[in-house]
Amino acid sequence: MNIVVCLKQVPDTASKIVVKDGRVLEEGLTWVVNPYDEYAVEEALRIKEKLGGKVTLVTVGPERAKQALKDALALGADEGIHVTDPAFEGVGPYGVATILAAALQKIPYDMIWAGWKGVDLDQGQTAIILAEKLGLPHVSFVTKIDIAPDGKSATVQREVEGGKEVVQTQLPAVFTAQKGLNEPRYASLKGIMAVKKKVIPEWKAADLGLNPDGLGSRKVELVEVVPPPERAAGRVIPGAPEEAAKELVRLLHEEAKVF
Amino acid sequence: MSNNVLVIAEQRGGTLKKVTFELLTAAQQVAGKWGGQVDAVVLGAGVRALAELLAQAGAAKVYVADDPALARYSPDGYAGVLANLVRRVEPAVVLVSATFWGKDLAPRVAAKVKAGLASDATGIEGQDGGRLLVTRPIYAGKAIAKVRINTTPQMVSLRPNSYPPAALEAGRAANVEAVVLDGYQPQAVVTDFVKAGGEKLDVAEANIIVSGGRGMGGSEQYAILEELASVLGAAVGASRAAVDAGWRPHSDQVGQTGKTVSPNLYIACGISGAIQHLAGMKTSKVIVAINKDPDAPIFKVADYGIVGDLFKVVPLFTEEVKKLKAAE
Repeated sequence: MNIVVCLKQVPDTASKIVVKDGRVLEEGLTWVVNPYDEYAVEEALRIKEKLGGKVTLVTVGPERAKQALKDALALGADEGIHVTDPAFEGVGPYGVATILAAALQKIPYDMIWAGWKGVDLDQGQTAIILAEKLGLPHVSFVTKIDIAPDGKSATVQREVEGGKEVVQTQLPAVFTAQKGLNEPRYASLKGIMAVKKKVIPEWKAADLGLNPDGLGSRKVELVEVVPPPERAAGRVIPGAPEEAAKELVRLLHEEAKVF
Repeated sequence: MSNNVLVIAEQRGGTLKKVTFELLTAAQQVAGKWGGQVDAVVLGAGVRALAELLAQAGAAKVYVADDPALARYSPDGYAGVLANLVRRVEPAVVLVSATFWGKDLAPRVAAKVKAGLASDATGIEGQDGGRLLVTRPIYAGKAIAKVRINTTPQMVSLRPNSYPPAALEAGRAANVEAVVLDGYQPQAVVTDFVKAGGEKLDVAEANIIVSGGRGMGGSEQYAILEELASVLGAAVGASRAAVDAGWRPHSDQVGQTGKTVSPNLYIACGISGAIQHLAGMKTSKVIVAINKDPDAPIFKVADYGIVGDLFKVVPLFTEEVKKLKAAE
C-alpha cells in the first residue's frame, strides 16, 4: 500500500496570535506539524505496518516547513518531499491543491491522507479539492478505517452530528483525519537519528511543470485580520452556593434571557 | 450571471436542519441589498415536500433533486449534481451550512465550479459592486479574518447559530423545478448511520452547552452535568483535558483541536480556560463559569461567574432551573 500524507506546518495551538496592521504576526510563533495531520501520519504508519508498503510525506510551504517533514519522518515515514517555491506563497487551498495534484503525478499512491483542516486558517478545503482534481473519491472526518483484503476498497467511519456515518469507497481515495482516529506515537531516539541521514528533495514550480502565474489567481483574498472582540469580564456572583445558584438562574432568565 | 443567492438546503431523514433556515436569513439580506432573489436546492429521496417549507421560509424558486439514487449521501455524487445546477443557473452567491455535511460537500462543489470558498464564516455582508465581505474566525477564533471572494459564484459555508432562522410565512407557494440526474455515478457512498449512545445532542448544534473540564475529576461525575443538560435541553461538552483523560468522547471536545461553538449559553464547569479552549467557545453569546479557583482565566471571559465547589453549585443550579421551568 503506497500511502501519501499531505501535511502542513502550523503555529502551536498554545501560541498567542498577535494581530498587527491587519495581519497575523509570524514572529515569536512556535511551528509544529498540524495536529490533525499527526493523526493522518499515525494512521498511514499503522496501515503500512499491517499491510506493508511505503509512507511518503508531502508538504507545501516555505523553508521552515522542512522541520515539519523531519518531525513526521522521525515517527517512521519513509520519505519526505518539500514542495517549495516563492510563487507558492499565499495561494490558498485551491492553489495548494493544484500544487499537490501536480506533485502527486510523480508519486505512486493507493491512499492519500491529510488532517481534516489546518488549525491555523481553519479552512478544511485543500484535501477535498485535491480529491476532485485527481478524480478520486474522498471521505472526511475519518475516525476509523477498514481496508478490504484485496486492497481495492475501504469501509470508513466518519464523524457527523450525533453519531458516525459508515462510508464505502473504492481505492485509491483521499481521507481526512479527525481526532479520535488513533493516538499518535512519539518519535523514538532511533527515529530521530534516522532522519539525519534522510535527504529531503525540494520540488519547485518548474519541477512540477506549474505556471506560477496560474496559481496566483487567489480565489479568496484576505482583506484584513482583526483581533476578536474583547469580552469584558462579567461579574462574580457572591454568596453561599444556595443564594449564588438562585441568583444565577434569575440573571440568566431575566437579564441575559437565555432560558 | 444573476444577483441571486442559492441556498443549498441540508436535510437529514427528510427533515430540514435548522441551519438551512439560518442560511435563508443571511441569503435574504444579501439578495435584498443587490436586488436579487433567494433560491434553494434540496437533494435526497422523497424530499419533494420540503420545497413548500423552503418557499415559506423565503425561497423564490426551489430546485428539487428527488431521486432514489440520492437516498444515500455521496460527497462526489451530490457535488456533481450541485455543480451542474450552479453552472446552469449562475447564482452570484452559493451558501451552504458549515456542518459535517456542508464541510464535506462545499469544497468539492467549489472545486468543480472553480469557485472561491470562504469556509466556516460567521457573517456575510453584500457590498456595492456585487462582492461579499465575509467574516470568518481563524486560529479557532483567536483572530478574525475579513475576506473577499474573487470568483463567480462566490461560495460561503456558514457556521450554525450565526443568523436567526428565517420565519415561515404560511401560504407562500413554492415555484418548484425538478432537477434531473444525468449519469449519476457516485464513488464514496454513505451506507449506514451509527447513532451515538442515547438521544445525544451534538455540541456543534446546541443552543446551550454545559461543559466540564479537569475539575470534574472523572467520567462518573459528569452525571450532574448530564442532569443539568437534560433540564436545559443542552448538549454536554468537555475540555481537552477531560477528553485526553478518557472521561468523555472526542466528539464532545470544545476548543482548537475540537469543535468551535457559538451557543446562546455556555456553562463552563471546572474548566480553567486554557487559550485553546477559550478560542473554541469565546463567541458564545453568554458564558457562565463555575470554578473553585477565583484566578482561573475562564472568569476573564465569563459574563457570570460563581467561585465555588461545582459539585455543590451545579446540583443547586439544576434545582433552581427546574423550579423556574415548573413555574412557567
